[in-house]
Amino acid sequence: MIIPRVPVQHRRLLPDRRLSGPTPWVIAILMMLTLLAAAAGVGLARSANAIGAAIAGRVTVQIVTANPVTRAEQAAALRRAAAAQPFVLSARSVEPEELQATLGQWFGAAEGDDPVLKSLPLPALVDIDFVGEDRTDPMRQLEALVAREAPGARIIPHAEWLGPVARLIRSLAWIAGGMVVLMTLASAAVVIMTARAALATHFPTIEMLHMIGATDRQITRLFQRRIAIDTAYGIALGTVVAAAILLLIGLQWSGVTAGLAATASLGPAGWALLLALPLLAIALAALTARQTLLAALKKIL
Amino acid sequence: MTDASSARPGGAMVEFDGVGLRYGPDAEVLSDISFNLQPGSFYFLTGASGAGKTSLLKMLYLAQRPSRGIVRLFGEDLVAMPRHRLPGFRRRIGVVFQDFRLIPHLSARDNIALPLRIAGVSEEDLSGPVGEMLSWIGLGDRADARPATLSGGEQQRVAIARAVIARPQLLVADEPTGNVDPEMAMRLLGLFEALNRLGTTVVVATHDIHLISRIENAQMMRLEKGRLSDPTGALRYPPANRA
Ligand SMILES: Nc1ncnc2c1ncn2[C@@H]1O[C@H](COP(=O)(O)OP(=O)(O)OP(=O)(O)O)[C@@H](O)[C@H]1O
Ligand SMILES: [Mg+2]
Repeated sequence: MIIPRVPVQHRRLLPDRRLSGPTPWVIAILMMLTLLAAAAGVGLARSANAIGAAIAGRVTVQIVTANPVTRAEQAAALRRAAAAQPFVLSARSVEPEELQATLGQWFGAAEGDDPVLKSLPLPALVDIDFVGEDRTDPMRQLEALVAREAPGARIIPHAEWLGPVARLIRSLAWIAGGMVVLMTLASAAVVIMTARAALATHFPTIEMLHMIGATDRQITRLFQRRIAIDTAYGIALGTVVAAAILLLIGLQWSGVTAGLAATASLGPAGWALLLALPLLAIALAALTARQTLLAALKKIL
Repeated sequence: MTDASSARPGGAMVEFDGVGLRYGPDAEVLSDISFNLQPGSFYFLTGASGAGKTSLLKMLYLAQRPSRGIVRLFGEDLVAMPRHRLPGFRRRIGVVFQDFRLIPHLSARDNIALPLRIAGVSEEDLSGPVGEMLSWIGLGDRADARPATLSGGEQQRVAIARAVIARPQLLVADEPTGNVDPEMAMRLLGLFEALNRLGTTVVVATHDIHLISRIENAQMMRLEKGRLSDPTGALRYPPANRA
């Protein structure tokens, strides 16, 4: 159906010049770009979702009480009280060492034994994950809890500062998806032009075949087979190049940061989509060629 | 498919009734064309250049629908016939084009085999008849030659072989002897006559008056400025057997 079976003797009706025109090469380039855009789209969408899921129900309570002993006590009490609430999934005190290590990266003393760093009055932090993603109700209850256990502490919802980043990444994913659609349309246009050119080139043969009783189906299969094979070559070439590029990027990406790389990987569904795209493209090309040819043949008696 | 010539004994193979043809908005090139062709007969179609011979034959071999009137072929109305049924009818008609229209990248053998292949005849079943046909037209040793390497007369013979290989019920030839010397013209005409004796209805358009006198029992159709005159009275419409 996609590459129709045509008897060997019939194939000779079209002179054999495979990969002659620019079509396979244009299709190869479009296929490569389509796959790269699709991979980017899937990767970006997945990292946007991962960030979104990670931040949606998470807040950090920042306790800035001056007395370090009281501060630690408040943090411990808040963590215990929060953990006991039904709307809290988990509550965790951020250890001072953890904070110092993080800050150390900024101050250039990663070991955390820098005296300046040690003398800094660091706030006590408690990370709280809500049950579910709806923040409004738990927020009110948490505010009451904080007012009781650690008056004056600030509640910082993560979505407030990471949200715009997630939204930006999601927009980029949509743009990539749009590019996939546009390039698919361009590929279809190339196939239509190829089919029309083939018809024009071989018009005398087609007319002759018509006159001796060939059906539209017989003639269409002949051309559809040729165009499907030509585009299949282009699609295969474009896929191989895109796969090589993606593997290379994947290798480099995993070397950047372990945390981000995990969120940006394509996942099984993403890889399945990328594998399906070339097959869909071949089917689309064959179908487009077929419809173009049938429509053109209908104009001849 | 109903074979109308057997479904209606004594019926005409081709019936034209009040047929007119115009190309685009111009005046009609053919007007009020009415005639019957009887199965197994031999017809010559004559007329000056531009009289409309090719236009008439095009309607006969289903390359052109009439602008008005009725055309019946093998007893079926062609004007109302849906497009998808035309190939079945075309396979019963052999056509020799004035300009041969051989497929240039196919050998003489493949050109001749084309109608059989299109009709779905297997390679085993067609190799015999195609070989016989090649030797009959004297091209047994040029079977693998491309049309461009054949002489004009040889190409014409290939074109005729292609038109007759599938044993058509109707053979339509548009000036089939236009490009060959008189001797070759007579040989080709002999070929049509042999086919006609086997039962094929033959219609030959030609300018060549000498050719016409060579076939006994041939009927004459004459086109003058798009209208048909009937010198032998053979084309009377309605035909005698229906009057
Ligand atoms: N496709 C066409 N479009 C417009 N006019 C056409 C077309 N084909 C033929 N004609 C016109 O129709 C008239 C009849 O042409 P036709 O080819 O049938 O003549 P003919 O008798 O076969 O001539 P000849 O002996 O030179 O082959 C001519 O005036 C021609 O110009
Ligand atoms: Mg003519």
